[in-house]
Amino acid sequence: MCTVCGCGEGETRVEGEGQEHDHGHHHHHEHAHDHEHHHHDGLTHDYGQGPAHAHAPGLSQARMVQIEEDILGKNNQYAAANRRLFGEQGILALNLVSSPGSGKTTLLARTIDDLKGQLKLAVIEGDQQTANDAERIRETGVRALQINTGKGCHLDAHMVGHALETLKPEAGSVLFIENVGNLVCPAAFDLGEAHKVAILSVTEGEDKPIKYPDMFHAADLMLLNKLDLLPYVQFDVDTCIEYARRVNPGIKVLKVSATSGEGMDNWYRWVEATQQLALIGR
Amino acid sequence: MHEMSLCESVLQALEDHAKSRGFEKVKTVWLEIGGLSGVELDAMRFSFDAVTRGTLADHARLEIIEVPGQAWCMQCCKTVSVEQRFDACPDCGSYQLQVTGGEEMRIKELEVT
Repeated sequence: MCTVCGCGEGETRVEGEGQEHDHGHHHHHEHAHDHEHHHHDGLTHDYGQGPAHAHAPGLSQARMVQIEEDILGKNNQYAAANRRLFGEQGILALNLVSSPGSGKTTLLARTIDDLKGQLKLAVIEGDQQTANDAERIRETGVRALQINTGKGCHLDAHMVGHALETLKPEAGSVLFIENVGNLVCPAAFDLGEAHKVAILSVTEGEDKPIKYPDMFHAADLMLLNKLDLLPYVQFDVDTCIEYARRVNPGIKVLKVSATSGEGMDNWYRWVEATQQLALIGR
Repeated sequence: MHEMSLCESVLQALEDHAKSRGFEKVKTVWLEIGGLSGVELDAMRFSFDAVTRGTLADHARLEIIEVPGQAWCMQCCKTVSVEQRFDACPDCGSYQLQVTGGEEMRIKELEVT
């Protein structure tokens, strides 16, 4: 039994620590939840308290080790460190996610052009290959750093942490992180951002939110882009928004066109207001 | 697909724990994967074998404990099962559901030597 809190051995959850309880006592106590994890296919397990399945003394040393660790725990630690830095510096970090070709970079370039007079801005670009996007952003005069993920399909918090060391965004700035064009994997990886912003263009299907529910569930804002092309495509805006709300009742939706500029003011007001919130209580 | 990255994270955790808890080989890994976590189990198994080759978990057995998706239906005031995030309540058809289970992606325990 844990002598600090009195929890039973079988329910001890030690995150990333040894078995000696030298852990500053921060393991989880979610005793309100079910504890049904001792039954795996009817096997009996000796939970990390010595050898199990020892067939003969001194021969097999097999034993069970309880881990109880989130698979993404490491990423989440890096994300927490990024978030702490953003908090200390009053930086608003926005993680822009979308499928390839939604007009993310065009939208970002226009946003930067229109906002760079009022706000301090910085950009991290994520792509599998090429520095094209970062170069395109640098042409606007704003600092940008490219991360090439190689075979990776998403940015992770560790990459972003390293990028921050080089990029050093100014205190009180807005940091746009343009993720790899992919509506699946970036949903699971917290980068330490304040919000995920999903960009969906009307040239895609209106059912994207329910085809890729995890991403739209994780996003706080959806920008419905390429609104100027609406007359030429079959895209039901209302249905799309209804689908988005189905997977995420709290999602905010703004209709914009990065090319014509329609609706972009609302997006800028959202960025400015959210930036103000980031500065409160610093 | 991010199953490969997830398996790399699992391997990293195994290596960390091998140091802190003093074991050399991993024979079995139990993962808890929720039905709403977006993880493809076959891809996970495939990636696990690929990622662990030549490591401390070479030829380790991967046991996946599936956790069904569950949600609280605000209309019915009870817990219902859901297959996907945007499912309606199987009883009343409402979409006012709050997911309460099935998002897990955890390493539960290991059999080690």
